[in-house]
Amino acid sequence: MLAVVGTLPDPAAPVFEGPALWTGGALTVAGRPVPTDRGTPALLAAACAACAVLGLPGPHAFLAGDQGLGHGSRALYAHLVDVLPGRDYSTLAFHYLMPDAMWHDKVLFAAQAMRRRPRLVADAGFMYAAKMSGQAPAYDLFTPDAGELAFLADEAAPHPFYTRGFLLHEEGAAPEHVRRAYAGGNAAACLLVKGAVDLVADAGGVLFTVDGPGEEAMEAMGGTGDSVTGLAAALVESGRPVPVAARLAARANRLAGRLARPNPGSAIAELVPHIPAALEAALAEEPGECGP
Amino acid sequence: MIRGLLRRLGAGGAGPEPAPAARAQGAPEGPDRGLLVFENTSEVIRAQKLLRDAGVQVAVMGPPPEIRKGCDLVVTFPLVEELRVRRLLAAGGGPQPLEVVPVTGPLLTPVDIFQVKDFGTHLMVRAANMKLTVDKSTGVLVNVSGGGCPDVPYLAALLVGRRLDEAPSPREMGHTLCGYALGLAFEELQRRCSPS
Repeated sequence: MLAVVGTLPDPAAPVFEGPALWTGGALTVAGRPVPTDRGTPALLAAACAACAVLGLPGPHAFLAGDQGLGHGSRALYAHLVDVLPGRDYSTLAFHYLMPDAMWHDKVLFAAQAMRRRPRLVADAGFMYAAKMSGQAPAYDLFTPDAGELAFLADEAAPHPFYTRGFLLHEEGAAPEHVRRAYAGGNAAACLLVKGAVDLVADAGGVLFTVDGPGEEAMEAMGGTGDSVTGLAAALVESGRPVPVAARLAARANRLAGRLARPNPGSAIAELVPHIPAALEAALAEEPGECGP
Repeated sequence: MIRGLLRRLGAGGAGPEPAPAARAQGAPEGPDRGLLVFENTSEVIRAQKLLRDAGVQVAVMGPPPEIRKGCDLVVTFPLVEELRVRRLLAAGGGPQPLEVVPVTGPLLTPVDIFQVKDFGTHLMVRAANMKLTVDKSTGVLVNVSGGGCPDVPYLAALLVGRRLDEAPSPREMGHTLCGYALGLAFEELQRRCSPS
């Protein structure tokens, strides 16, 4: 089973966990309604939609409220350290969490203490923490944007504050940043770099690029990067090779955008209902695939 | 404010255009500027606040390609005030720049961190890695995009669905680089939409 760890933008939300369900255009976790505006809920909604297509059980979610100060993240880290060694998840995806190298290491060790080693996916704050702690190679997939890739590539930067290119994206520099990230031991086994052109890479360099279909309004929409990561996590959970899962996720997210016909005011919740058809179309394009 | 906002947003065709960053942030235009290069963006943010509070006309921009030292952002200031700027930073216990560089040519010209895209019905301002979009017919903020810092979902929840002239400033509510960049986008959108 896929498990997803992240935060909600509600400082009052406690640590809670349970099955995530996307039904009738709404997300619930452990029976609680969770608004799907962006961030981890958007990732979860996309993963739910993808799991349904792939014939997988829906994801299990670990959530806590955090407004960016880290209180909820730290409480969630403590909960994970307690419970993970006794759980059995085949894929663990970490998302919007306060980067904290010490807590990162405790959580990683707890995941590594599980009976079966899960495949590990990280994005956003937890991916920063994985790099900051020097443990990036323990992961199967990172899903950075161009700025986050610049941080992974900067072997000297202890924090994004110190990185040239974190704020001012240099998409043309991505192949060189991929090379430097692997040379410095600061990349997961596979990278899905999200941008105007999506790149899938490993230690050997860029494996695939995905550049279509392009939907201009998606640039303005919040949560489209989160939905890619949710798709990728579900496809990794399906057992496909991680680079293939990453390529399919990038393609399916773009196809969902095309089907949704968004405008710049569209919300990610308008894209998620199109993920099943988009993923089926992406799978049909894949050589050797015989349906989901 | 909202009537002026809608009036100003009503004009203009679709397509990207650069934003005049220096003027937007109240800094002087022209060649007589200098750059303060810092080791990290936290220092840039502190220096900008300290100098702005002291009345120096500063702007935050991207470093020119010729300068490889330092982080993603530089502070521009009127070069004639270099001594005063150095004193203010030293006296206020502020961050010390790695370099102070006069803008002497194209390769030393700082880079605009703003980009504006007019979708016709919506206007999007991008400041560095963060994008903020407003519905031109209502003045309501409709989307926040970009950034993986942990305060981004919270800031997006505070902004989306509120009118630009009623929304809280991300600069005051955010805690990270992404929050700072979103604050710059918010201020640029306010500047573009304010009656004048």
